[in-house]
Amino acid sequence: MDGLAKIDAGEREPRLTRMPETTRPPERTPGDPPSRLPLAELSGWGHYPVVEGYERRSEDLEQITQDVVLTRGLGRSYGDSSLPPAGGHVVAATPLADRLLDFDPDSGVVRAEAGVPLMRLNRVFLPRGWFTPVTPGTQYVTLGGMVAADVHGKNHHRDGCFGEHVQALKMRVADGRIIECSDAIERELFRATLGGMGLTGHILEVAVQLRRVPSPWIWQESERLPDFDTLLGRLQEAGKVWPYTVCWADFMARRDKDLGRGLLIKGRWAEPAEAPAHPPRWRHTWAIPFRMPSWLLQPWMVQVGNRLNYWKHGARAAAGIVHPEAFFYPLDIIREWNRAYGRRGFTQYQCVLPGPSDHPRHHRFLDALRTHGAAPFLCVIKDCGPEGKGMLSFPRPGISYALDFPVRGEPTQRLVDAFNELVIAEGGRIYLAKDAFTRAEHFRAMEPRLEAWNAVRRKWDPHGRLKSAQSVRLLGDGL
Amino acid sequence: MKAVLLGASRGMGRALARLMAERGDQLFLLGRERDALKRSARDLEIVGAGGKVDTAYCNLLEPESFAPALDEAEERLQGFDTVVVTAGLFANQEDLEADPKLCARLLAADGTNTILFCEEARRRLLAKGGGTLCAFSSVAGERGRKPVILYGAAKAALSRYLEGLDHKFRTQGLRTICVKPGFVKTGMTVGLKPPPFAGEPEQVARAVLKAIDKGTPEVYLPGIWRWIMFVIRLLPRAVMRRIGF
Repeated sequence: MDGLAKIDAGEREPRLTRMPETTRPPERTPGDPPSRLPLAELSGWGHYPVVEGYERRSEDLEQITQDVVLTRGLGRSYGDSSLPPAGGHVVAATPLADRLLDFDPDSGVVRAEAGVPLMRLNRVFLPRGWFTPVTPGTQYVTLGGMVAADVHGKNHHRDGCFGEHVQALKMRVADGRIIECSDAIERELFRATLGGMGLTGHILEVAVQLRRVPSPWIWQESERLPDFDTLLGRLQEAGKVWPYTVCWADFMARRDKDLGRGLLIKGRWAEPAEAPAHPPRWRHTWAIPFRMPSWLLQPWMVQVGNRLNYWKHGARAAAGIVHPEAFFYPLDIIREWNRAYGRRGFTQYQCVLPGPSDHPRHHRFLDALRTHGAAPFLCVIKDCGPEGKGMLSFPRPGISYALDFPVRGEPTQRLVDAFNELVIAEGGRIYLAKDAFTRAEHFRAMEPRLEAWNAVRRKWDPHGRLKSAQSVRLLGDGL
Repeated sequence: MKAVLLGASRGMGRALARLMAERGDQLFLLGRERDALKRSARDLEIVGAGGKVDTAYCNLLEPESFAPALDEAEERLQGFDTVVVTAGLFANQEDLEADPKLCARLLAADGTNTILFCEEARRRLLAKGGGTLCAFSSVAGERGRKPVILYGAAKAALSRYLEGLDHKFRTQGLRTICVKPGFVKTGMTVGLKPPPFAGEPEQVARAVLKAIDKGTPEVYLPGIWRWIMFVIRLLPRAVMRRIGF
């Protein structure tokens, strides 16, 4: 403990740690948030793991990032990426810092505070004909989080990760300095920060190039595919033509030959002539009001749901105009849907396996699912294009699988271990933004890039001030 | 609408200013943090505020800053028809009891000085034949309650004052709107445990804007607080002494 971050504990936490003079926060003035932060249970979207820590929030990011171990956004990473290490550390949270700082309507470059939620960006700019160049499957993420995880979307095969379109970042680095970085200035830091899970510095501002869209509506075509091989084959074929492609697959089908059947969904921005004349009305969303009991969501329910989803599509290809939010964010319609999994939470295992869709390794992956009796409640398959700028970003050419599992303690750990061993053998890698279970030795084995990234990280943070629960687990950071 | 907002760089004020900007209102921002104000102004311009959004220094702890700030707003906007005060300080009861200086600052900022600011605004609005004066008080001012005695006292003064303005000046064209938020999740309430029915700033802002447009003299937000406070006001002292609410 180097006098960092264990502060603000007030009465509940009497051991106030000494802080070096330089990092002492300014004397509190009334009107600033109450300085006594309660010890909170922090967790990611999967509600596993849960870590006790202090979360500091304010509109003033420069102030709250002065002496914290990590900065988090909306906490939408699934595992422990956005959590402080155990032991009552303080993290800064960005969501109140949600201002747009600059926008050039000619070039489409927007600069904003790190806490701007993607939803705000979309709702401000889509009606004007601009859209984020890359979007993850939810719009309840912050720009800072999108950079830290270097998120990808249904268009990775064509447009790469979010980081490809980021022009510059303003960061507070570990020694307290605030600096601007980009491909031109401090390029190393910039590239280590794209996908660096917030461990290279606190992201304060993001400048990103938006994309012009012909209309705010999506033209979607979809088809039902009866087995795994066809699904993968059609997915990669479609990627040659379509900017947005994704597969939903059923890995809980009863008959073995049905395993991995699913739907292929393709989309592109609609041309003004085919799109409705009116702009889309923002969808009304629903929320699961409280955490369901963990036993409630049973595999048979998901099985039935999957079958309905598969059969209701019909054998013929479907095509038409769809709402952009329905296309990009189908699950956002139910806010807090993670509560369906209950207190024990859930995890998503996302990995990318290299090579074309007809490579036998994809069957080995399917076999692994079979042998371990793994029944993912949700499975999303995507086509990944070339690696981008981010030194530690997830995607690489190949097929990405994202599988949701309820957390069931030791069996879940064994399952992730088994998948990881296969991923290592096949030359793939996992996505840190989803991970909660991977072992440090497995991660090292699948990440030959780790050493180079670590070198940059250590250069900017020689004393190891920035860390997360995930970096302690995977990268050997001290508590 | 040409509106002057004090406290729009944070919390509910920020959310309200955005809604006004989205529909193209002309805005002028007052506050104590110059840089934060400029950033907020730019945000509002991007969202669609009518014309350039200018700012001026105004600090609730410095009553002498009120008149020059409003003068500047008047000049830049070429007259305004709406003034919104969302600024205010908050501290919890224990801190206020322990620190007389903090207590004095809070009572001055939330009570006396907010009223003085409203007086400056009122005079200017009436001189132009009326307009809308909207200030954020609190449900804390409805009844002497253990966790918010001092904060509540300051807000009670503000609520009464706004009520009086409404009675006296409505016929002269001055519409007074007293907003009484319950618990809203903003920077001011960070670290406090949200009770049931805690509101979101955007949701509150939508309701406030509606009240401003319609001239509703008193708004509880979220709406359920009207009924909660109705019950609290009916409780006898013997009960209030026992409960912690």
